[in-house]
Amino acid sequence: MEPWLLLLYVLVFPGFLFLLGYAFLLQFADRKISARMQARVGPPFLQPFADFIKLLGKEVITPSGVDRQAFGAAPLLAFAAVMTAFLYVPVLGGSPLAFQGDLVLVLYLLTLPTIVLFLVGWLSRNVFATLGGVRAVTQMFIYEVPFFLVLLGPAIAAGSWSISEIVLWQASNPWFVVLQPLGFVIALIGLQAKLERTPFDIPEAETEIVAGPWTELTGRRLALMHLTMDVSLVVGSALIAALFLGGPVSPWTFEPAWLSAALGFGLFLLKTFGILVVLTTVKMAMGRVRIDQLNDFGWKYLASLAMVQVLVVLLMNGWWSP
Amino acid sequence: MPEVLVPIGPQHPALKEPVNFKVIADGEIIVRLELDISYSHRGIEKAAEARDFVRVVPLLERVCGICSHSHTTVFVKGIEEAMKLEIPKRAQYIRTIVAELERMHSHLLWLGVAAHEIGFNTLFMWTWRDREAVQDMLEEITGNRVNYGINEVGGVRRDMTPAVVKAALARLPHLEERIRTYAEMASQERTMLLRFRGVGRLTEAEALKYGTVGPTARASGVTYDVRKDDPYLAYADAPWRVITDNHGDVFGRTLVRVGELHESLNIVRHGLENLPEGPVRLQPPRAAPKAEILSRYEAPRGELVHFIRTNNTDKVDRLDIRTPTLANWTSVAVTLVGQNLADIPVIVAAIDPCLSCTSRITVVDRDRRETRTLTWGELRAHGIRFYREKEGI
Repeated sequence: MEPWLLLLYVLVFPGFLFLLGYAFLLQFADRKISARMQARVGPPFLQPFADFIKLLGKEVITPSGVDRQAFGAAPLLAFAAVMTAFLYVPVLGGSPLAFQGDLVLVLYLLTLPTIVLFLVGWLSRNVFATLGGVRAVTQMFIYEVPFFLVLLGPAIAAGSWSISEIVLWQASNPWFVVLQPLGFVIALIGLQAKLERTPFDIPEAETEIVAGPWTELTGRRLALMHLTMDVSLVVGSALIAALFLGGPVSPWTFEPAWLSAALGFGLFLLKTFGILVVLTTVKMAMGRVRIDQLNDFGWKYLASLAMVQVLVVLLMNGWWSP
Repeated sequence: MPEVLVPIGPQHPALKEPVNFKVIADGEIIVRLELDISYSHRGIEKAAEARDFVRVVPLLERVCGICSHSHTTVFVKGIEEAMKLEIPKRAQYIRTIVAELERMHSHLLWLGVAAHEIGFNTLFMWTWRDREAVQDMLEEITGNRVNYGINEVGGVRRDMTPAVVKAALARLPHLEERIRTYAEMASQERTMLLRFRGVGRLTEAEALKYGTVGPTARASGVTYDVRKDDPYLAYADAPWRVITDNHGDVFGRTLVRVGELHESLNIVRHGLENLPEGPVRLQPPRAAPKAEILSRYEAPRGELVHFIRTNNTDKVDRLDIRTPTLANWTSVAVTLVGQNLADIPVIVAAIDPCLSCTSRITVVDRDRRETRTLTWGELRAHGIRFYREKEGI
């Protein structure tokens, strides 16, 4: 790819600029769908953007005795991590930056916001934030193992550690949602837990620990952290769409190449949006579980089922391959 | 993690009114706690002594925002007892209808709050939407949505026209259907079961020992309901039963309240259909004879007691209000120990605390950074001095 074209890809479309716009759009959709399910009116279209701008203009308060630089840098780190992760997720056909192992890199980068939340909670010197931070890492150890295991399922079956190649594999084979339905469900549950949405909003449980690690975040730090979670939602759903739902590659090819790409892009939007609707419905239909209940659920059922899924994939691989 | 002190309140998202728990937690488990309920003293009991029986009723209506009708009914009931008045049957029925509508909107509100405490906001939004229907009925009947202003000594201030009765009856089927939905949700929804079952358990013996009242006691199997044990208004006529449950936990308290929603609806329907003819008020005498009355009433949260002393004047000589929340606090403090930190909001919410009714006083010295509680004697002396200087009593 031409260098200037690559720059355009990274910065404008389908890179950072598109990502930010889409993150706001998904946040809007999330809030609007939630509101309609709760028989409320919901926010106007530009509300997420307006919230972001408003928070940027608010005063930034550093609690006394807190390391100002680390506290300010932490949200930036989380934001940078998820933005980078998006570059390796296919939006139009494959990603031009793809390499063997980018799946591992994306998973790693997606984990960073949780670790940053723990760090922020710990740095805040606030009992609610500390408790929330501890809950965040506890929760991470619960959902991350099954989440990683089931995302490796498609990689093993397709024989590649590159997300773009897994997508290409699905263009000529059935989607992995058909081949590994169990893995798909567990991946959705894991994503819900990663994004700290009900019933897994334990780290920021409002009625219990105020806002958890978010308690002492103000102004642009809070804005950035919120944006990080929105971007995580986009990256997470795009990742699951790519690994299980065939990603942005359409099963049919059309003659001008751009038409195929446009169709793929449309499919990308459709699939990520579909995943969002599922996540939002789950969020609206449940209450919050307790951390000990999540621990039981995660290790007893999610982890063992994820292992079963991987085992099945390994056995099937041995069966079919010569 | 070592033991940490988690301050819950006086300002906290889970609390709608100021109360303070100093919770010592070991990781997520509560080791012990201190309870401090004294944040919003308003001197209503003392102020009541300065107002005659006409002017004191609107004041008592403002003891609580949810059970406003409870406080006025229990008071005028006591005064009528002191005056030996037998108020007209129709007035008693109207009081009963308003009282049960109040119980319905209070329990619907509670169900929403309990759901919100476990992060189940959809149920919160839904119950509050349906609570609007009850409030609309109250508005049609009394003219107001919160402080109904329907009671006065000697009867009620507003009659129900046939059109109002018809409109109220027409709203009931929809409400009944919604209540059935919530009863199903409360007993079947997975996350609610996970968070409510076995949480905040109180055995029958403990419930009696700590003097709990209302749905909190009834959820522990204590059959105690003033409406049945000491019938007043029109409760003896209406067909209804006392709802009890043997779970003793938050789940049981939910089931009791949802069950009471059904019963209240039936009482309201019975009242509307069998509304007796006749006047709605009679002219009471200005003064009440010397008497000491203990007036009891089953408020949505439990037994509400007004102790009234009259002394041949048109004012109360002494009024003492014992709210159900005060009776239930001890049980909360006891059941919280050993529970999970995450369960505090829902256990506290399970007694449906109404703090504005309950609070006494704390003095905060900001310069010396200390707080101390006034003793009863000091508070009494302060109250007498304050009113002598300010109102010349």
